[in-house]
Amino acid sequence: MHYRLEASDLEQLLDALKADGYALLGPQRQDNAILYDTLESVADLPQGWTDQQEAGQYKLKRREDAAYFGYVVGPRSWKRVFLPPRKRLWSATQQDGVWSISEEPLPTQKVALIGVRACEIHAIAIQDRVLREGPYPDPYYTTMRAQSLIIAVNCTQAAPTCFCTSMDTGPNATFGFDLSLTELLEPAHCFVVEVGSPKGQALVETLGLPAANDPDQARAQAGVDQARKQIKRTLQRDDVKALLYRNLEHARWDEVASRCLSCANCTMVCPTCFCTEMEDITDLTGDHAERWQRWDSCFHGQFTHVHGGPVRQSTRSRYRQWLTHKLASWEDQFGTTGCVGCGRCIAWCPAGIDLTAEVKAFRESEHTQENNKR
Amino acid sequence: MGASPAIRPMTPRPFRIEAVRPETPNVFTWTLRPTQEDGPLVFQPGQFNMLSIFGVGEVPISVSGDAEQSEIWVHTIRSVGTVTQVMETKKAGEIVGVRGPFGNTWPLQAAEGCDVVLAVGGLGLAPMRPTIYHVLHHRERYKRVYLLYGARTPKDILYPDELKAWSESGALDIRTTVDVGMDGWDGEVGLVTDLISDIRIDPYHSIAMVCGPEIMMHFTAKALFHRRIAPARIFLSMERSMRCGTGWCGHCQLGPTFLCKDGPVYDYPSIQPWLHKREL
Repeated sequence: MHYRLEASDLEQLLDALKADGYALLGPQRQDNAILYDTLESVADLPQGWTDQQEAGQYKLKRREDAAYFGYVVGPRSWKRVFLPPRKRLWSATQQDGVWSISEEPLPTQKVALIGVRACEIHAIAIQDRVLREGPYPDPYYTTMRAQSLIIAVNCTQAAPTCFCTSMDTGPNATFGFDLSLTELLEPAHCFVVEVGSPKGQALVETLGLPAANDPDQARAQAGVDQARKQIKRTLQRDDVKALLYRNLEHARWDEVASRCLSCANCTMVCPTCFCTEMEDITDLTGDHAERWQRWDSCFHGQFTHVHGGPVRQSTRSRYRQWLTHKLASWEDQFGTTGCVGCGRCIAWCPAGIDLTAEVKAFRESEHTQENNKR
Repeated sequence: MGASPAIRPMTPRPFRIEAVRPETPNVFTWTLRPTQEDGPLVFQPGQFNMLSIFGVGEVPISVSGDAEQSEIWVHTIRSVGTVTQVMETKKAGEIVGVRGPFGNTWPLQAAEGCDVVLAVGGLGLAPMRPTIYHVLHHRERYKRVYLLYGARTPKDILYPDELKAWSESGALDIRTTVDVGMDGWDGEVGLVTDLISDIRIDPYHSIAMVCGPEIMMHFTAKALFHRRIAPARIFLSMERSMRCGTGWCGHCQLGPTFLCKDGPVYDYPSIQPWLHKREL
């Protein structure tokens, strides 16, 4: 069953969430990008703006309409809600040679994520496999996941960097949301609303939303179909794991390493990358100590440090680790690929390195070898 | 909030250093006792703890003590990095943090009724010592047990008194070799792999456990293979950077596995594709 929410009533949805005790997080224009941050009202949404993306490029541009969600994805993913870039794990104090350790309190604030894309829902589900469903669930992550509510927004347009259709993660949300919205601009600005959970159903009832009629539903479907048609980037994923494992010593790694800056941007913007570093700090007296967990990256020089130096010294080995982890070993580890096709790593790579092109290069070189044999 | 939740996996517990025993140059052994009673300290041979110096950092260190001693942890540490160099300065009575144990275990049950080859290089003897204690406690469960040990120099030989006692008791057949000899050394000079050709085993009923530098394990596994021990009966303990022990931090990946939760002990066939690959 689908419902209809007038664009002019979007504020009521936000108010209902606030009344229910949720802090709102959603898209807004900041630093010339569309970022997810604390949302006060509909006025904060990036209405009338869109993003233009290409390999190594991201630009905001005015739209000619009043769409609230007329952009694709920005550099910030939702992972920071559940796995913050930096968080204190515990602090310890020494008195007379005795250390007492106090754990950081877990967050209690409920959060509503507004405008979660289909690929991002998959990214959250993938991080769940890592941090929630493993032998050691991360207490912060599981707490925040349990007290989060997800309002998805289906994509009706795609960026040239998108390839969710290859990864089977979009453009529309099919699970993992409380409500999903499809924004319609014509003939009247409104949202077609789908319920994904009892919490979502309760919201629909609170708002007293009417059912969406057939033409609205058809227009919503047409919007999603339009996004799907716009997607031109592809990644053949059925055999990519074996392809990469077969080519661990391929010369292509040297070629991509000659372009890669080892800057770690791809891992910072990636919605599934989860690597972290533990950092110990102390004050001048040495009587107070803290441990912080912060995002780390397999592109950092010290990431693999053991006595004697880092295991992965070259950029070649680090890019190989990243790509094979994303597309191959992730599957061995968590039963799913680590890539959702959001295209962030392509847009935010300062060198414009495109993982879909890298995978194609491996595949083509094998075809060439095959042909040469004949 | 109600009752305080169980301690989180990233939170260390305070332990007091009960004894510091110098071993070889830069290597020392700690005996650690919890400052608060909280039940027996249970571990399986091969597992490791994350040891913290508050305000300095945390490092993974294998347990090198006896699993039947459930009131203390024993750890043998080499001072090589920022954290371990500070550890070396710590004295008995001081407090350190401990999380763990983490990781999997040596195949001690699978080895029952078999000849056992323990091949260790350098500090690899420390993570193997709990296995040795286990074998000694249950000597009747195992047939011939070899300890093949390669150290850099005679001065680097770890636990010399225990090695002597184990050997003299006849419980273990211990063969030691050093990379470089010195005055007064009348033992073997060479690699651990050289010791493998002389042992007498039933290869069809043998299990080998290998712990040492990766290159040493690579060649030891090959030598064991040439004694017709099946690859699936050869086990290695791997090493990578470990920061969490829980599989969250991503540092210890080697191919498809996380050493901290899937390892550090692997049977040779499952780790062989990822061994001896440069910078993997």
